Amino acid sequence: MCATPTHSPATNLVGMNTFRSIVFSSVIAGFIVGLIVTAVQQFGTVPLILRAEVYEKAAEHKHEASAQPQAILVHDHADHDHGAEAWEPKDGLERNLYTAGANILTAIGFALLLCGFLAVRSGATGEPISWHEGLMWGLAGFAVFTIAPGLGLPPELPGVPTAPLLSRQIWWTIAVLATAAGLGLIVFRRSAPAAIAGVVLIMLPHLIGAPELEHVETNVPSSLSHQFVVAVTLTSLVFWSLLGSLTSAAFAYFDRPASA
Amino acid sequence: MSQSQTAQAQHLPVATRQVGRLAQSLMAMTLGLFIVGVVGFSHIDVIHNAAHDVRHSNAFPCH
Repeated sequence: MCATPTHSPATNLVGMNTFRSIVFSSVIAGFIVGLIVTAVQQFGTVPLILRAEVYEKAAEHKHEASAQPQAILVHDHADHDHGAEAWEPKDGLERNLYTAGANILTAIGFALLLCGFLAVRSGATGEPISWHEGLMWGLAGFAVFTIAPGLGLPPELPGVPTAPLLSRQIWWTIAVLATAAGLGLIVFRRSAPAAIAGVVLIMLPHLIGAPELEHVETNVPSSLSHQFVVAVTLTSLVFWSLLGSLTSAAFAYFDRPASA
Repeated sequence: MSQSQTAQAQHLPVATRQVGRLAQSLMAMTLGLFIVGVVGFSHIDVIHNAAHDVRHSNAFPCH
């Protein structure tokens, strides 16, 4: 843990070695995982989204034909993403390129978050994180960012009416924070009271309940929605497993000179 | 520099390195959250439309 002769405290502090290692590892791992997940989505989630959009567009035409004020009441997002005439990528290659870009950015973002934890952890233990421990961290990410919020707010296809966006985003964030904190208490504070508090904390957002509409009317078949939940969850499992192991392997490589 | 100051300076690096590592990790995590926030949660229509399929596929609240 002592400063090595080659690294004076000043270079360690000003040189931002750890930050640089985290960014390199996250960009490389995020790029690879983003591309792989884009390919997986083409077989899993994307065909289901496209099928659901057929129902969504049919329902919008029906709404446009019926009385306008009622349409806005029932279908409150209609003016948000379609009526406003905002730019959107053309179907086909352009749309898939934006999807790939967004996947890569999301993967890099989550990798930065994950790698921050790995850096603190390896700094505390003085040992590099193995790819297998990284995989465990990735699975924790899967539980925190997919399973926990997905219990209250299952993955939704386009065309299925949902509660107001902001309320769902707030609940999603609370579920994520509570689950992360709960898991942290269970894993790192090895005591019975902490474990109990952790479990209660994980349950809390679900006991409060996610925002939902009282009455949901949609043309999207429930079998399609169910397939989508399975596809999203499995794709996410692939995403987090790969992200955890690849980010930790890359970080162990880049962080080596600084921690040696 | 007095004797005690030299001794102090020799002990400092361990602490500053640890704080430095924590601070740098927090910076990276904040950057990561910012990126995920913009791609997945921004209410700006153009960003929403570009990342539409990704938001649905990640089960981020969408629409």
